[in-house]
Amino acid sequence: MKMIWEFFKGTLVLVFRGSKAYYAWVFSLLVLMAVGVFAYAHQLQAGLIVTAMRDQVSWGFYISNFTFLVGVAAAAVLLVIPAYVYHWKPIKEIAVLGEMLAVSAMVMCLLFVTVDIGRPERFWHLIPKIGILNFPQSLLAWDVVVLNTYLVLNLMIAVFILYNLYHRREPNKSFTTPLILFSIPAAISIHTVTAFLYNGLGARPFWNASILAPRFLASAFCSGPAFMIMLFQVIRKYTKTDIKDEAIFKVAELIAYSMFLNLFLLGAEVFKEYYSDTIHLAPMQYLFQGLHGHTSLVPYIWTAMLFNVTAFVLFLVPKTRENYVTLNIGCILIFIGVYIEKGMGLVIPGLAPDVLGEIYDYSPTGIEFLVSMGIWATGLFVYTMLLRVAIPILNGDFHVGEDGVTPVIADERFIVRRQGLVSRTPEAEA
Amino acid sequence: MSDKETRERKIFRLSRRKALKGLAAGVGALALPGKDASASFWEAFFQKNFRELGKDDLRKVLARMEKEYGAQYGRAVKVKATPPIEGVQYGYALDLSRCIGCRRCVYGCVRENNQSRDPQIHWIRVLQMNKEKGVYLEEAEQYYNPAKVPEPGYFYMPVQCHMCKSPPCTKVCPVQATWTEKDGLVVVDYNWCIGCRYCMAACPYGARHFNWKKPGLPAAELNPDTHILGNRPRPVGVVEKCTFCIQRTRENPGRYPACVEACPVGARKFGNLLDPESEIRYIIENKRVFIFKEDLNTQPKFFYFYAT
Repeated sequence: MKMIWEFFKGTLVLVFRGSKAYYAWVFSLLVLMAVGVFAYAHQLQAGLIVTAMRDQVSWGFYISNFTFLVGVAAAAVLLVIPAYVYHWKPIKEIAVLGEMLAVSAMVMCLLFVTVDIGRPERFWHLIPKIGILNFPQSLLAWDVVVLNTYLVLNLMIAVFILYNLYHRREPNKSFTTPLILFSIPAAISIHTVTAFLYNGLGARPFWNASILAPRFLASAFCSGPAFMIMLFQVIRKYTKTDIKDEAIFKVAELIAYSMFLNLFLLGAEVFKEYYSDTIHLAPMQYLFQGLHGHTSLVPYIWTAMLFNVTAFVLFLVPKTRENYVTLNIGCILIFIGVYIEKGMGLVIPGLAPDVLGEIYDYSPTGIEFLVSMGIWATGLFVYTMLLRVAIPILNGDFHVGEDGVTPVIADERFIVRRQGLVSRTPEAEA
Repeated sequence: MSDKETRERKIFRLSRRKALKGLAAGVGALALPGKDASASFWEAFFQKNFRELGKDDLRKVLARMEKEYGAQYGRAVKVKATPPIEGVQYGYALDLSRCIGCRRCVYGCVRENNQSRDPQIHWIRVLQMNKEKGVYLEEAEQYYNPAKVPEPGYFYMPVQCHMCKSPPCTKVCPVQATWTEKDGLVVVDYNWCIGCRYCMAACPYGARHFNWKKPGLPAAELNPDTHILGNRPRPVGVVEKCTFCIQRTRENPGRYPACVEACPVGARKFGNLLDPESEIRYIIENKRVFIFKEDLNTQPKFFYFYAT
């Protein structure tokens, strides 16, 4: 018990120490979070009328962000599979960073749902026994279960591995392996269940397509890893962590396959709707062409298409994939492209035209932007705090002392630009 | 400084103060009750789902609500919990050949069921459709506003809750805040709904409506004869819907829903589907009846028909 308490005290010391850049970063996040809290307070006071959502389009920017972030969280599994199943070493070292990203993304998901509901103080109605969780009838009940399981699971794995590394011992495999293996179907399940949540509604033909869940997974395996590639570069540039080029390029290759699948599935869906040309084509037309003069989504979806296709080519060609300039451009394009396609591009056409044929052009209000920004800042804050502890543990700057109780912090600096060796090739290492 | 500018500044100041107040309220909501926080706040907070309330619980809840609304609107409000009548399944039929699109049903419903006037909530939506196109939603118009109805070349199709036998809305609710009663009415517990709006996404008839802000209901316009699952004043942030006027139809002697009474052309028919002698059964058995979005297999108890 005392050991855990000392470890916890050590982590507290860590998060309060760092370079100027670290303080500046954390402070800016805190400011954005505060802005978000104020905006949310205003929304609580006035009601959801301060958003642009209405009866016709009853879900908007919040649920779009939620959907996208479930994908980011699920994508952590992409790093876990090769790391643990195939024992591919360069990725194994960084899998724990992926698991922590999943934790942060889950926190954001839960916050986005919370700010979207009309009576957040009644959240306890969802807790079985105390309230009533409509399981297994409601897919939303399923989502509550799998999202929370996934959050706890990833947190447990990451903390357990890090706590053991802090004690300078190999984590007990008979404990970690089953959990890690379980996290793979769990990751697939969070995104599948989220897709089914939309998929199961016969009233909404745009969502009621059986291809939706595979499409969700394919796009998640693009956006999540794209974010991780950029993150890895930042981490190895500003902290004492070595992430091998080999690992980054491997992830990029996996993105190329996923994006191919994503584009293929989208094409299959577009073909089906346009060729059969039934009344269910309307939402697709609203999204891609505009319908009855309503064209608000059209420029966004074509931007997404352009970005996704360009990124696909960049990631497919080994030359551009292994060049950091084009690689990063590709990552940004994918992140934005999937954010549009799996965010507003998925949620809004499900609701417009609405079930009685009315088209309400939804576009988020300032309050929705500020609240969402606050939640993104919260997610980044959570991730920063997790990294602040994890990175010194991974590179040996934070470990238990000789007595086996007192923590030792070898280097208090965090977020310092590193000189020289930032990208190491396996040959250079050898 | 111009008037307008002063006004705008004031609005900004007010909204900022409101934001601070909201923050305090938000933080305070989970903290201990303050000095002036009444016990009824916590009673409401911890109130069980309607279907789990015992007899005594229910009596207390009704009394609390009557007291609360009485104080809020400055007049006596009756909150009933009349149970379903044995052997009754309510059914509704609407004659499309008669409807003239006057929307008297819409406003009759608003008055009877205490819907918000600001912003306006309408449980009945009337679609104006082109006779040449038939029931074609993509070109349906809800906001038609001519000097006189009906307009030549158009017909009108009012849509409200269809009281489906297989309702997609109740299935998706994560907390069972909405369900089908024994008499077939699909109802919402406004004190249990968390406001996630999943039911609104699931409903194929656009029958569910959300209180995006605190309902604007002037005390003078309040209908004081209310049912706990129906037309009692609603809080902000929950979903509401048509109940076939549960506060009227479950009484003995029962009364017709307000929309049936309001219709000037007799296009609306209502009755007990289990009674072979009822008008509704006669219509279903003898008229040309169609079911809206039949392919979705929602099995509505709301039928459209052509009498002529």
